[in-house]
Amino acid sequence: MESVFLVIATLCYCIGTVGYLIYLLRDWTPIHWASWGILLGGALFHAAAILLRSMELHQLAVTSSQEALSFFALMLVTTYLVIQIRLQLRILGSFVAPLAVLFMFLSSLLPAHIIPKGGIFQSGWVIFHVTTLFFANALFALAFSAGVMYLLQERQIKRKNFGYLYERLPSLERLDKINYYCLTTGFPLMTAGLITGFAYASSSTVWRSPWSWDPKEIFALITWIIYAVSLHERLTVGWRGRKAAWMAILGFLAVLITFLGVNLFLKGHHTTFIR
Amino acid sequence: MCHIILLGMNHKTAPVAIREQLAAACKQELEPLRMLPHLEYVDELLFLSTCNRVEFLFTCTQVHEAIQQVTALLKAHLGSPVTSHVESYFYVYQNLEAVTHLFRVAASLDSMVVGEPQILGQLKTAYRDATECRTVKVILNRLLHKTFSVAKRVRSETCIGSCAVSISYAAVELARKIFGELDDKKVLLIGAGEMAELAAEHLLAQGVRNMAVANRTLERAVQLAQRFKAETIRFDHIHDVLKEMDIVLTSTGSPEPILKYQDIKSRMRQRRNRPLFFIDIAVPRDVEPRVNEIDNVYLYDIDDLQGVIELNREERKREAERAEHIIAEETLRFQEWLGTLDVVPTIIALREKAETIRRSELQKTLSRFTHLGEKERLALETLTQAIVKKMLHDPILFLKKKGERKSRQFCVDYVQQIFNLSDRMDGLDIDSCTLTHGSTNVKDSTNLLKSIKK
Repeated sequence: MESVFLVIATLCYCIGTVGYLIYLLRDWTPIHWASWGILLGGALFHAAAILLRSMELHQLAVTSSQEALSFFALMLVTTYLVIQIRLQLRILGSFVAPLAVLFMFLSSLLPAHIIPKGGIFQSGWVIFHVTTLFFANALFALAFSAGVMYLLQERQIKRKNFGYLYERLPSLERLDKINYYCLTTGFPLMTAGLITGFAYASSSTVWRSPWSWDPKEIFALITWIIYAVSLHERLTVGWRGRKAAWMAILGFLAVLITFLGVNLFLKGHHTTFIR
Repeated sequence: MCHIILLGMNHKTAPVAIREQLAAACKQELEPLRMLPHLEYVDELLFLSTCNRVEFLFTCTQVHEAIQQVTALLKAHLGSPVTSHVESYFYVYQNLEAVTHLFRVAASLDSMVVGEPQILGQLKTAYRDATECRTVKVILNRLLHKTFSVAKRVRSETCIGSCAVSISYAAVELARKIFGELDDKKVLLIGAGEMAELAAEHLLAQGVRNMAVANRTLERAVQLAQRFKAETIRFDHIHDVLKEMDIVLTSTGSPEPILKYQDIKSRMRQRRNRPLFFIDIAVPRDVEPRVNEIDNVYLYDIDDLQGVIELNREERKREAERAEHIIAEETLRFQEWLGTLDVVPTIIALREKAETIRRSELQKTLSRFTHLGEKERLALETLTQAIVKKMLHDPILFLKKKGERKSRQFCVDYVQQIFNLSDRMDGLDIDSCTLTHGSTNVKDSTNLLKSIKK
């Protein structure tokens, strides 16, 4: 059942992506709303699939790289759907939807070893740890999209060479505000998620130490530092625009390394549950 | 034979840097109008320099030599790196082409922003300067007056002016792409030319509420500030207020950049890197081009704005075609006038006028004395004919004698003015015009005129 739901969700994301790519080329409101609706439908099927799986496992279904990435794709789409209502930046969909499809396909390629049920996964701490971090990552993905859009648009304005996208992309100030919004919302979430992780790790049932030089921990810290620097510079010196956009891109690459690279290529504590 | 030559460069043929250099050279060492006595081949001269063009309009009898002389003069005053390829930036129009080009310029068809209203004022200033220096005579005088009336006609008969999407409009669009909403942005106008006013109006229309004006002459700044409900800023304080401004519009006549790279770079931190948009519509440029390299600073000069304007040029194409039509018509009319500057048509016109007066007066008298016999009527006819003939004898002799001299045009023009012949000749019947001139050239143009009228 879940796999059927997953296929339906992936299909919805694909159709939504096509819709949004058409919207990128032609300013036509109905196609935006149709794509938005299809993405919403996809997200509902996706959520149902994950919910069913979690109920079957009696824990949050993020126990393999495959499931984790799929869960992340869901968070990304949901975050976009909500942000769209809040900020009304339709064109963001044209960048987020393809990303969601990419993650869905990537997740189906990833190994799906299932670790034994129970153990340390069955805890509210883990659910909080994982959801906050994934939510933060989804926001960072949006910041990444806004950053890419900013760089594209800024390049056109600076070079005085107006391509096809000039008309369709929003103003620089707007994109920078989205970036700032995602950063200020995502960073506290990430911090909360990491603290929960450290707290849970130091509890007697898990590793008895908050920090154990696990590769995932190290990369998470690097990611956190990148965003911390970005936020700090924004608040003190007023970093914005191009620098901020590059930081958002750099930060998201760090997120991907922490999330996928470490899972797949390095060994550590976290590997136990997701490989 | 007298030729009208127009030699110049505009925004289409030369980059802003070259135009700047030429405009600056003409402003400093070389005042073209004062150089006229040194140009032996050039008879009359008008010099027009605006943000988008530098043009020399002159009359001469030997075309090749005159063009050589003017270009040589320009080359001598331009910097050496430009000299070698400066000719490639110039266009040269002769006679009818030159007239058409001038009409197009005045009607704002040749402008960067088709239909922008400033050019006519600039041309009028150029003409005033030329009359003050006494470098325009019969032909250019007439041509310029005609030009002004053509421009007026184009403006009133087509919507080219009203649908003009000006440079400032393009700039406002760009500002919206950078800032999004403009209502909380602060605008600084530096220099208060016509262009700046236009831009300010556009910005106000787009919701800008905060505006400041800085100008070298305080009086003008105060005037503008009242109109736009703006505050005034002392000209030497512009660098200090940069940190509060978001959009800076410059249009001063300063030969040196007034805003330099270092001035702005050092102030970006103070403004916490908020974006800063410079719109530089001055030539020579007011803002150093390198400023565009600073992060979060965007600089557009008039050449750059052209790229933006290109996007919505189509709409105005049809109106421009109607304007071209008017211009073609008026060019032919002017050519007809040029033809009349010769002695023979003037004599004919003179005779015709006298004859018409004689006939109508005779008619009036005869209609009152109905009792007169055939003999008396004939006598009166002969009498009036004799008076007219004797009266005209000397002026005609004078014209014929002067026909060979250089001052011919003056004399012809004076005679035309004294006897008020020019209106007659303007309105000459097309067929009689063909008859009087008889040249194939005029026949061609008549056919053209006819086809246009159809």
